[in-house]
Amino acid sequence: MTDFTPEDRPNAFARAWDSDIAWSFRHSPLAIVAAAVSLLIIAAAIFAPWLAPHDPFNPASLNLMDGFTPPMQPNQFTGNVYWLGTDNQGRDVFSTILYGARISLFVGFMAVLFAMVLGITLGLIAGYRGGWIDSLLMRIADVQLTFPAILLALLIFGVARGFIPPSMRDAMAIWVLIVAIGLSEWVNYARVVRGAAMVEKSKEYVQAARVIGVHPARILIRHILPNVMGPVLVIATIGLALAIIAEATLSFLGVGVPSTQPSLGTLIRIGQGFLFSGEWWILLFPSLTLLALALSVNLLGDWLRDALNPRLR
Amino acid sequence: MTPLLSVRDLIVEFPTRRGTLRALDRVSFDIAEGEVLGMVGESGAGKSLTGAAIIGLLEPPGRIAGGEIWLRGARIDNLPREKMRRIRGRRIGMVFQDPLTSLNPLYTVAQQLIETIRTHMDVSEREARARAVGLLDRVGIPAAARRIDDYPHHFSGGMRQRVVIALALAAEPELVIADEPTTALDVSVQAQIIDVLKEICAERGASVMLITHDMGVIAETADRVAVLYAGRLAEIGPVRDVIQAAEHPYTAGLMGSIPTLTQEAARLTQIPGSMPRLNAIPQGCAFNPRCPRVFDQCRTARPELVARAGARQVACWLYEKEAQNVG
Amino acid sequence: MSGDVLLRVEGLTRRFDISKPWLNRVVERAQKQYLTANADVSFEIRRGETFALVGESGSGKSTIAKMIVGLLEPSAGRIHFDGHEMDFASGAEMRKLRRRFQMIFQDPFASLNPRWRVGDIIAEPIHTFGLLKGAEVTREVGRLLDLVGLSSADAGKFPHEFSGGQRQRIAIARALSSKPEFIVCDEPTSALDVSVQAQILNLMRDLQDEFGLTYLLISHDLSVVRHMSNRIGVLYLGRLVEVAEARALFTDPQHPYTRMLLDAVPDLALSGRRRRPVTGEIPNPIDPPPGCAFHPRCPLVMDVCRQTLPQPRATASGHASCHAVAAQDALSVD
Ligand SMILES: Nc1ncnc2c1ncn2[C@@H]1O[C@H](COP(=O)(O)OP(=O)(O)OP(=O)(O)O)[C@@H](O)[C@H]1O
Ligand SMILES: Nc1ncnc2c1ncn2[C@@H]1O[C@H](COP(=O)(O)OP(=O)(O)O)[C@@H](O)[C@H]1O
Ligand code: SF4
Ligand code: SF4
Ligand SMILES: [Mg+2]
Ligand SMILES: [Mg+2]
Repeated sequence: MTDFTPEDRPNAFARAWDSDIAWSFRHSPLAIVAAAVSLLIIAAAIFAPWLAPHDPFNPASLNLMDGFTPPMQPNQFTGNVYWLGTDNQGRDVFSTILYGARISLFVGFMAVLFAMVLGITLGLIAGYRGGWIDSLLMRIADVQLTFPAILLALLIFGVARGFIPPSMRDAMAIWVLIVAIGLSEWVNYARVVRGAAMVEKSKEYVQAARVIGVHPARILIRHILPNVMGPVLVIATIGLALAIIAEATLSFLGVGVPSTQPSLGTLIRIGQGFLFSGEWWILLFPSLTLLALALSVNLLGDWLRDALNPRLR
Repeated sequence: MTPLLSVRDLIVEFPTRRGTLRALDRVSFDIAEGEVLGMVGESGAGKSLTGAAIIGLLEPPGRIAGGEIWLRGARIDNLPREKMRRIRGRRIGMVFQDPLTSLNPLYTVAQQLIETIRTHMDVSEREARARAVGLLDRVGIPAAARRIDDYPHHFSGGMRQRVVIALALAAEPELVIADEPTTALDVSVQAQIIDVLKEICAERGASVMLITHDMGVIAETADRVAVLYAGRLAEIGPVRDVIQAAEHPYTAGLMGSIPTLTQEAARLTQIPGSMPRLNAIPQGCAFNPRCPRVFDQCRTARPELVARAGARQVACWLYEKEAQNVG
Repeated sequence: MSGDVLLRVEGLTRRFDISKPWLNRVVERAQKQYLTANADVSFEIRRGETFALVGESGSGKSTIAKMIVGLLEPSAGRIHFDGHEMDFASGAEMRKLRRRFQMIFQDPFASLNPRWRVGDIIAEPIHTFGLLKGAEVTREVGRLLDLVGLSSADAGKFPHEFSGGQRQRIAIARALSSKPEFIVCDEPTSALDVSVQAQILNLMRDLQDEFGLTYLLISHDLSVVRHMSNRIGVLYLGRLVEVAEARALFTDPQHPYTRMLLDAVPDLALSGRRRRPVTGEIPNPIDPPPGCAFHPRCPLVMDVCRQTLPQPRATASGHASCHAVAAQDALSVD
């Protein structure tokens, strides 16, 4: 494709800064805070190996004597001080949270990506083709929507594990989790994309392309897809929050990632066992992190939805 | 005699994040008792806003930022919302482009007509129903007594617009504001609707403000016509004068650009360029970048409406110059 | 100008299946329902002329246009373009034909992809047909923009930066980019203001003169049709009721519906001509009246009209489908 980007126009950054979305962002304190919190947690998770004061997964660096150290207090045996305390095995809670968020976010992003690719593809085909393909896909979607997503993920997870040899289960667990959550969420994308594609395909710019015989696949990808991405982005953002919570729920129930690689959900499950014995921090801090992450991402999604909807502006 | 409606220096503005847009800029005109005033202009010229401002239905953030609106000698632009609501429907009736937006799909035509009549007039249910049937009959609904109990979706587009006209006239208003009443209708039905509107308003002595972009409709219906350009009045005067001998260069260009059934011309007169967006209205005369007769003064100062022979007013420096020379 | 035939349409018919979904039909014991948007439409367009189709909303104008350019499949009938029968299923053959015709749409806001730059929009046919490459494309796009009265710098902008009239110019530039001979224009100016309409109509004429284009112009506005076309076809409820040379149609309309349409045009000349009020509205196309579909509104209706579909009869410059026209003929022969 020839490049018609002109040189004499404001650069991409200036244009983005001046856009309606950017303006709406700058004028929404809630969105700014939500974005800051999400970015902070995401960055902390990405840079966990460099940021974490301890490596909680290196058994050599663990000292059982350090176990149950309360936050900001010296350990009674070793005198070590941990910001957020330690768990029963003497792991630094702050470090486990950083690594845990890393796993949670990885599962969340991958699940959203999987659901998005699947949902967009099927939605585009259903919306553009119509007919029996459309009816079939949408009936499947309807049926799937009657189950709570988490139940479905649980089911898929269980079935998938049945097919995987026990020796590989732990290694595959995270991928099975991603597929399970992704499969439970694709319907949202498919339905929105289908609706938008049906609207777009009847627009005259699509007809203009059909008149000159542009291949349907090309019409879908080059013409229609860019025009349905707005709502998809909104769902993806809110979907990320949902996926993180779904992962946490599954891990909390003990069917998610193995405890050798704890996610936020696993940490909460572990911490829950110590709540009544007084070691509240093992539960509290991972829970707060999960809450802050899910809430801020969700708020960001809400803001994006309003900003993209011209009628609410 | 005081005019029925008098609009003085009306200014409507939209505050936006890139500054305030002035959509109507000092618009002044009168509508006399029993008169049909046509309001023409390109889309975005401000026709609908003028109507909305008069009936107090500007959509926020739009607001009246200046000027006055008088109905029979009483100011109505600064009335509290509740009082304005009573004037709407009772003293000013409305007909919009899409008949479906003015009719409630959940109620029968009878219910809507009777409710309107009884809110504004002290009559019994039976009397109101009789009036409603009479109105429907008058606007040309066949078998009105039977069809009055139908729901709006049982009527075709043209019939629906007739119902809307009946509804607008139900409380015997003094003024009817009709915003593009025929634009959504089939060509062969448009003429019927215009005829009905015109006749029934004449019968009841209601004045009409007819907003349209269709010069043909104006020519056949209106007594006087006001031409809007970029939120300003360019010319206002008796229909025949304006159409056959436009004085403002914009009106003249507009008339020349309309193809007709009778003349065969190889090319239509063409006004170069397009009407400016509200955020880029040129200095001086808003029409100056497109005007074939533009001169220096046009680029610096805005021309005001000046009175011309035969009750016509034109906002163009060409005529102000003339007036100065004479005076 | 009355050269060879470029497009011939024979017996074009299109039915839409508007039945309820299968399950509803079974439950409600409803029949399948069809809407006949076009029935047995035949006409020819000569090279270099402008042929217009007029008719009110729902009369089937756009359906004909879509069948001609392959956006809809005809239920029956044939379309010949420059002697080749159009068969949209055949790939390679059709590709060559496709380059030679184009379409301009009504809504300048929907006809340009809002996410594409104007340059890419105009270049799409060039790329699709592999006409030019690299820098040549950029140059050609600049030339086309010039041709339609815009500037080559506009290639880098997005559609929302333009007014309705300018967008329609961009749509015209896109249509011209494959160097077509024939352009279907479906209500190209109905969404525009008259002053902008004049610019676009003038542009279309200039381009026709310059490139010898043939137009199929679809419009509900008789003044526009009068201004632009050489021959005119009048549609009522999906059928062609009259075809005539433009001048003849306006001075001596044969079909009662044509006369009614002419009467409905507002009189801008203020000649004081009292219009005969038109009566009635277009019937529901799902269940059109039997015989001549116009009979419930026709001032000349006769008994035969209610039962028998009138066949096309030759008139001075075309044909009209009306029993009264036929009767007149018989009279004048006597
Ligand atoms: N996809 C469709 N499914 C069902 N009915 C259709 C479809 N497309 C068109 N029709 C019907 O076919 C008839 C002709 O439609 P068409 O769009 O050709 O009318 P038109 O003359 O172009 O009208 P307009 O002036 O409103 O554009 C109408 O009754 C319409 O409702
Ligand atoms: N809600 C709004 N926000 C900003 N501008 C508006 C709004 N509504 C109308 N306008 C602007 O006001 C001008 C006049 O509008 P309108 O009266 O609807 O024009 P018309 O003459 O077509 O009826 C237009 O330029 C339009 O864009
Ligand atoms: S004031 Fe000047 S620019 Fe404006 S219309 Fe008159 S002559 Fe033209
Ligand atoms: S065939 Fe009969 S009903 Fe139809 S147009 Fe002619 S006279 Fe009228
Ligand atoms: Mg308007
Ligand atoms: Mg159409």
